[in-house]
Order: sequence, then structure tokens, then C-alpha cells
Amino acid sequence: MKDNVPAPASAGGRVDVYSTSPLTRDATDADRATVRRATSVYVYEVPVRLWHWINAAAILTLCVTGYLIGSPLPSIEMGEATHQFLFGYIRFAHFAAAMVMTVGFFGRIYWAFAGNSHARQMFYIPFWRKDWWEEVWFEARWYMFLDSEPRKYLGHNPLAQVAMFMFMTVGMTFMTVTGFALYAEGLGQGSWADMLFGPLIAWVGNTMVLYQAHHLGMWFIVVFMMIHIYAAIREDIMSRQSMVSTMISGTRTFKDDRVD
Amino acid sequence: MKYCSLTAAALGLGPAFVPKIAHAMETKPRTPVIWVHGLECTCCSESFIRSAHPLAKDVVLSMISLDYDDTLMAAAGHQAEAAMMDTIERYKGNYILAVEGNPPLAEDGMFCISGGKPFVEKLKTAAEHAKAVISWGACASYGCVQAAKPNPTQATPVHKVITDKPIIKVPGCPPIAEVMTGVITYMLTFDRLPELDRQGRPAMFYSQRIHDKCYRRPHFDAGQFVEEWDDDGARKGYCLYKMGCKGPTTYNACSTVRWNEGASFPIQSGHGCIGCSEDGFWDQGSFYDRVTDLTQFGVEANADQVGLAAAGVVGGGIAAHAAISALKQAQKKTQTKVSENEEA
Repeated sequence: MKDNVPAPASAGGRVDVYSTSPLTRDATDADRATVRRATSVYVYEVPVRLWHWINAAAILTLCVTGYLIGSPLPSIEMGEATHQFLFGYIRFAHFAAAMVMTVGFFGRIYWAFAGNSHARQMFYIPFWRKDWWEEVWFEARWYMFLDSEPRKYLGHNPLAQVAMFMFMTVGMTFMTVTGFALYAEGLGQGSWADMLFGPLIAWVGNTMVLYQAHHLGMWFIVVFMMIHIYAAIREDIMSRQSMVSTMISGTRTFKDDRVD
Repeated sequence: MKYCSLTAAALGLGPAFVPKIAHAMETKPRTPVIWVHGLECTCCSESFIRSAHPLAKDVVLSMISLDYDDTLMAAAGHQAEAAMMDTIERYKGNYILAVEGNPPLAEDGMFCISGGKPFVEKLKTAAEHAKAVISWGACASYGCVQAAKPNPTQATPVHKVITDKPIIKVPGCPPIAEVMTGVITYMLTFDRLPELDRQGRPAMFYSQRIHDKCYRRPHFDAGQFVEEWDDDGARKGYCLYKMGCKGPTTYNACSTVRWNEGASFPIQSGHGCIGCSEDGFWDQGSFYDRVTDLTQFGVEANADQVGLAAAGVVGGGIAAHAAISALKQAQKKTQTKVSENEEA
């Protein structure tokens, strides 16, 4: 109980702004000694966050069902083929998730124009900006353990921006285009999908090529997912700002108030 | 008349067209055809002469005037070559050039000599005054096995050599007999080329995949597959998708027109489609894999193996990176503690 009595202000040379603040009674002296003032900024607006999680769910569905379309589950016989539609449902889930992802992606592109500047970051690489390349180098050094402290970033750090652009903007566009071309084969010649993507099929010639490319693309996205999740969790722990919760609340919280 | 109605049905025409086809066959002058053979195996001719509706003999004797075909004609040697030049002279701009096989372009075309000259020269001579060119089979349409990597003779499909004439591709190795004669019947009846798709194939025969009209398709949708040759599923006629069937990527009429008077087709006989009417079907990995080997990586590995290897490397890298990160973090904490203690 004694621990919970508010300590006198300016103990140990530190101005304890929280000594009289509304900290609950479970705050200990140790807590008060280490409590820091943090700044935060609102970066990811609602459409961006919503898109992120819908997109994540869609991609997960697409990877699982896509793999199963390439290498189907062992055959099961629940009944006559007329009464069984297992593979059909797996394909349907793939197509449905693809539609969700595509619509979401278009919505996201719209928001790049309508939203704040952070909503635009994943769609381009500031290739000609010299100081940006300097930031890339700095962040690379941080990942190579050559620097003891990273910088503070509001949106994506420069390496993350490269990854977002390569894997999401380019990667997802590739998967959408090849995917819809394959879908056009199912809908048949003369369908809307064929009107849009038929020329691609004709250019490729044999669609086995498209299948294999689309399949490789899945692994490209899987590799991104691994890096993305690892980096997000690592940065949440080790960097100077919040990561995971930012994509939930939209608020980037900085752990320290230093200016450098 | 029976043939006329069958052909009308095959071409997707209504009964009203039956007399039209009959009329055309009875009254129209026979179209002169020059049929040349480049690098090929003659399986297209073999298929053609087995056509049942119409019978190949009816096509050759009453519909077209097969003025030159070095494997079928009675003449040989100089007389044969003279017949070809004669036809070209007499029917300038009115004859159809049917090409079986393709010209190899390497070494000035020396890998295929026909009538004492490189075949590519003969092809160009015959094509110059042709009304239209029919590319019979996978060889003429896409190159087939002689154009498979690394294509040492530089075998080249017809449309890449003859660029100024309408070309109808009738791919397949060989094409279905009734598809071959059906295309000719259409051209004779309507005096025009059949509607072609984006790749230049007659849409009436090549607009759908084997997969779209396959009688085993319900097993595909049900998820009932042949797992290995001669298993229970194979005996029950399950889908051959897992055995590498190329039906889902192959545009042809096999699953509807079938072969040998509609007797059967590869999938019906229990073997997957090998995609013989598709561009470069020899270079798409094994006929028996669904996820096929990619040659681009220099080793034999399919997309899953390549992807899994990449994911493994990245995963290992992440694990190592995470371990070092944890150590660094621990070190930093200890140092901060030490310095704080020193301060105090």
C-alpha cells in the first residue's frame, strides 16, 4: 500500500508530471520513475486500416485456396459427383476473395488521391530524391545492426516503402492481371474478362505459362507476408514508435520525446 | 446430304444451311489447293485422310482440286514441281496454300530440302500468289517438337515467315480430321475465311477449352481426381487434373468432336490431354505434372519448390535476424542498467 502513495514531485532531478496525474493506484514508484511523455500523430485513416485488414484476410484466403487449386486435396468421395462440389467451392472461395481484393485495391487507389499523404506512400518510390536514398541507407544500417538507434518515421520507413511498392503495388497488380486472365478462360471467349484480358492470353500463347507465373507470384506474396509480419513485430519492440497498434488505431505513438 | 447436315452441325450452323452446303459442293468450281510439306511427320495428312464427315475422298475429289501434294499425288520429281508452278501461274490469287510442317531458317534453310531447294524458298514462292494460307497442325501453327528448346534448326511457324497473307491456324498434333475438312468446307461454302480468334484459329473449333466441355468435368468440380495410374479413381473415370491433364489450358474440339468418327479422345481413354494444340506445348514441362518444372531457374524445380526454397531462405534469415535482434536488445538493456547504476 505504501508504494501507491504519490511520491513528491521532482524526485531525483526529474520533473514528475505524473505525481498528481490520474494514474490508477496500481502505479508503483518504479512505474513512475520510468514513465515517459510520448508524442503521437494520427497517420492511417479509417479506409487505409480497413483496407489493410480486409486485404490481409483476402490474401490469406487466396494463398491457401490457390495452393489447393494447384495441388488439390486427396480425392474424397462423399457421393456422386453431381452431389459433391468440394473443388468447386475451393475455386469459388479463391475467385470471391480475388474480387474482394481487387475491389479493395481500387478503393485503396482512390484513397491515395482522397486521403492524407501517408495513403499515397506505397504507390511510388521517390527515386530521384537524394535524401530519400540517404534515409534508405540509414535504415539498412539499422537492420544490419550497424546503428544502435533508428530514426523516427511517421509513415513507412524507406525500406518498408520499397517493400510495399514492390510486393503490394507491383506484386498485387501482377497477381490481379494474371489472375483475371486465367479467370477469363473459365468465363469463356466474348466475356467481359476475355475482352479485358484476352489479348494478354493471346500474347502469352500457352496459358500454362500464366498458371506457373501466377503460382510463383503467390510465393512472392508469401515471402512478403513473412518479412512484413516479422518487421512489424520487431519494429514494434525495438524501434522508437508503435507499429502493430498503429494499423488498428491509426495513431503512431513515439516512445521518446527526443528531437534527434 | 447426311454429311452436309453433320458438317453444318459441326460448324455450328442451323439446318437451313444444309442445302446451302450441298449446293455449294455440287455447283461451285473446285478450289485449287497446293499442299506443301516442310519439317513435319505427316500426321496431319494421316489425320486428314481419316475424315468421316465429310469423307476425305469427297473433299479431295469434289470440293477441292488438290493440284499439288507431294505425299499424295501420283506425279513425282520434276513433273510434280512443274504441277505446282503450273497451278500458281493459272490460279494466281485464287488458290489456297495448305502448309504442313514449318521451315527451318538456320543455315539458310538447309535443314529441310524439298524439290532440291530449301523448303523456306518453296513456301515463299507458293505463298506469294495464294488467296489464303492454312497452317495445318502444331508445326505450321506454332513450331511443335522441332521448334522445342533449343530449336537447333530454328524451325519457325508459318505466320512468322509469311506475313502478308491471311493465315488460318489449325493447330493440333495432328488436328482433328473433321476440324480439317470442316474448315475447308466452310471456306468453300461461304467463300470467306472462318471467324478467327485472337491467335488466328477458327473460332468454331478452338474457342473453348477441352476442360470446358470435358465429360469428366463434374469430377473436377467435386474434387475427385485420379491420384495415380490404375488406381480406383482411374477405374471410376475421375478427373485427370492431378495427372497433369492440360485440358484446362488447351483450346480444341476434342471433347466435343472427338476422334475416329467420334469414337473417343485421349481423356476418354484414360490419359490426360497433353495440350498438343497449344503454343510451345513441348516446353511446358512434363505432360504428367500440374505444377510443372520451370526451366528458367537452371535446375528442374517447379513453382512450389522454388517458392518453398525462397520462403525457407527468408524464414531462416528472419530467424537469425530475430535472434541477433534479441541479443542486441538484451545487451542494450544491461548497458542502460549499468549506466543508470553508475549515475546513481
